[in-house]
Amino acid sequence: MWLALLLALWGSVVGFIAGRNQRPELVESARRATYALAGVLVVASLALIVALVKHDFNVSYVASYTSRNLPLVYTLSAFYGGQAGSMLFWAVVLAIFGALAQWLTSRRYDDLLPYVAAVTSLVILFFVATTLFAANPFVRLPFTPSDGGGLNPQLQNPGMVVHPPLLYLGYISVTIPFAFAVAAMLSKRLDTGWLHAIRKWTIVSWLFLSIGITLGMWWAYVELGWGGYWAWDPVENASFLPWLTMTAFLHSVMIQEKRGMLKKWNMILIGLTFFLSIFGTFITRSGIISSVHSFAQSPIGNYFLYFLIFIVVATGVLIAKRMPMLEAESQLESMVSREATFLFNNLLLVGIAFSVLWGTMFPMISEMVRGTQVTVGPPFFNQVNIPIGLALLALTGIGPLIAWRRASPGHLKRQFAAPVTTGLIVAALLLAIGMRDFYAIMALSLSAFVVGTISQEFIRGVGARNRLHGENYALAFARLVGRNRRRYGGYIVHLGIVLYFVAFTGQAFKTDIEASLKPGESVDLRSPWGYTYTFTHLGVSQYEELNRFTTAASVEVARDGERVGIMKSEKRQHVDSFGRATFEPSTEAGIRSDLREDIYMVYAGSVQGTEEAVYRFTLNPLVWWLWFGGAVLVAGGVVTLWPGATTGAERRRSMAGYAASITGKSSAAAAS
Amino acid sequence: MKLSFAALVPGVFVQGSRPQQEDTSITRLYRPDLAGRPRDRITDYENDPFIIGVEERLRCTCGCNLDVYTCRTTDFSCGTSPAMHREVVAMVEQGLTGEEILEAFIAKHGEAVLMAPKKEGFNLAAYFVPGAAISVVGAALVAMLWRRSGKVAEAAATSGGSVSGMSPQEAAKLEDELSKLEP
Repeated sequence: MWLALLLALWGSVVGFIAGRNQRPELVESARRATYALAGVLVVASLALIVALVKHDFNVSYVASYTSRNLPLVYTLSAFYGGQAGSMLFWAVVLAIFGALAQWLTSRRYDDLLPYVAAVTSLVILFFVATTLFAANPFVRLPFTPSDGGGLNPQLQNPGMVVHPPLLYLGYISVTIPFAFAVAAMLSKRLDTGWLHAIRKWTIVSWLFLSIGITLGMWWAYVELGWGGYWAWDPVENASFLPWLTMTAFLHSVMIQEKRGMLKKWNMILIGLTFFLSIFGTFITRSGIISSVHSFAQSPIGNYFLYFLIFIVVATGVLIAKRMPMLEAESQLESMVSREATFLFNNLLLVGIAFSVLWGTMFPMISEMVRGTQVTVGPPFFNQVNIPIGLALLALTGIGPLIAWRRASPGHLKRQFAAPVTTGLIVAALLLAIGMRDFYAIMALSLSAFVVGTISQEFIRGVGARNRLHGENYALAFARLVGRNRRRYGGYIVHLGIVLYFVAFTGQAFKTDIEASLKPGESVDLRSPWGYTYTFTHLGVSQYEELNRFTTAASVEVARDGERVGIMKSEKRQHVDSFGRATFEPSTEAGIRSDLREDIYMVYAGSVQGTEEAVYRFTLNPLVWWLWFGGAVLVAGGVVTLWPGATTGAERRRSMAGYAASITGKSSAAAAS
Repeated sequence: MKLSFAALVPGVFVQGSRPQQEDTSITRLYRPDLAGRPRDRITDYENDPFIIGVEERLRCTCGCNLDVYTCRTTDFSCGTSPAMHREVVAMVEQGLTGEEILEAFIAKHGEAVLMAPKKEGFNLAAYFVPGAAISVVGAALVAMLWRRSGKVAEAAATSGGSVSGMSPQEAAKLEDELSKLEP
């Protein structure tokens, strides 16, 4: 770790000097420093993994987060399950990303790369220093305990094996686009080159954040036992914030690529995204805001606070100094244009980010201003964010329908007719079947509108290829997507987002009941779809397994009298290798999913130590669509990322800055 | 779909889950001490929509960040939310309204016991600042777009509507055709 500290220091200093004077030996030294840094941190990480796997309880971190009877997969996940380990994880992953950025980036951007090495090394320097001085996972105990304390039972779940690293990958990979942005500003190469260099990094980062957040929802749903997947908890909000600004960046960057506009805004957005990715960790670790997800807290919050201040000041000064060089190369020509819808899309995305941040921080603000503590929970966030979210959903459908630069009335009429009709038909159908929840009707009809837009885009594209090239529809579809993966991959991502909204709508119709049942007794619960579910308690059994003592309660489920199957929920008391209880008992929910709704049951405990069980049964409509939406979103992202999406000619054309204009002095001047 | 979302008010029919006398014939668990916190039988109060509605507006004071209803039906090791639930039930039995119950909890625990701040005084900032900020920036954006698009149109008119000798009608026609091809 000390070697890593020195290498990171060397990489950042030499990188900045090499970027400034472009001396080849210094440029090479900065590049090699990133490779060496990755190698050294990989060795450090392997050392910690070996200590974990070999149960070296003399290492304080190993003793704190593992035990002899902890299954291997969770022993490995303990690497990032505790504070000190997660700091090292962050450093090693960033070092690998930094090295990959140096290795994979085209030589066209050689003058940017020393600065990129400097920025990534500087961020790694911060994490390595924090690890060494405030949260060192290699600290040894003065004695060797016979067994460790074990991992928090809520972290002993497959979701927690993959969710944190993927979310971390999202947070961490944001550093690379940020480093290129800083490099572009420092080198004064502020054309669209740096945007092309980071395009894939940006999408990869956004995908990791999306997958990490979705897996976090899944973990919360299956593990926490409250029957929901999003509670507007500060840590959930912290992961959502960079996702929102990164999404805004992904859209606004297209305007810079095509029209040479929004250069300042894009710099601010990528800086803000990087800031928020660190801010999320600050919230989690500092303990300034309490959260159910804060499994580890320590004084490292102060380190993060100083680093955040440094980021704001340094990036702010740099952007301010480069303002004159970030002037737009062309101007918006019409209120009714793709550019304008992207601007409003950015306004709403950043607006939601602001409202989430505002709500998350408001308890602290209230205490500072009034000296009174308040709670800002889900009712607040839902009230404030649902209308903005619906407006954003509408723009998801509107954006692709409007042409770049300017749309004529005839074009608008042609484009909007089918999607708007689709949305209105769905709204009428929902009203006809008796739905009266305003937000649910809006969400579902806007979803239909967006699906109409996406379908229209695909249908017209396939139809055009069929007419022009005589291709059959399957081939035309494949080539349509294959020849413009960025555009059509984006539409698939939009479809995934629509499915998320459909799933969110289901929460308006969630219904549940608590019941205490003796074996043979039953309780009924009516579903919003009109079915009546009957839950019959079968019994409670207890047994030992792995590293826990399990109490399992089972029910037989019937829908309208027809047997559906048997469901089981457990209460788990984790024990160490000596059979001593560790942690409070945890609960495993029983879940049965289908397209319509989830049956979600939780065994809450027993009455007076008997087989009379207390249950909570929940019917959760449309939850499955959330996970399906996540899969569609990832598929769209992969299509966008797939190599070969851009031809050489397209790349050269887009690097020219923007398409040539037809009319107008300003456009002509800009084109020159 | 068998029916529809028409029945949007959840219908709940409980059979055999009313408060019961202790039944000594029922099998005891092998290790009741490892089956979590002992539970009381569920009564009608636990599923009462009014009580649930009140509890969803109250924050459990154990520090879990959950509302009382969610906490008492989820965090089964928490002793605070069941106690707060009993307080709510007692107040309902005394005939207090929902708002009176909330006020009683605020008097005891402070304003932080509410899951969302009351819409009064400085708290209004929590609710209106995000919307106001988006509206102000949105209005500024519209004004800027309006001004700029006007300038561009003016520049186009000054240049005769075209840099390539096309009439405005021809330019409009070309743009319309191009828009069909535009991504």
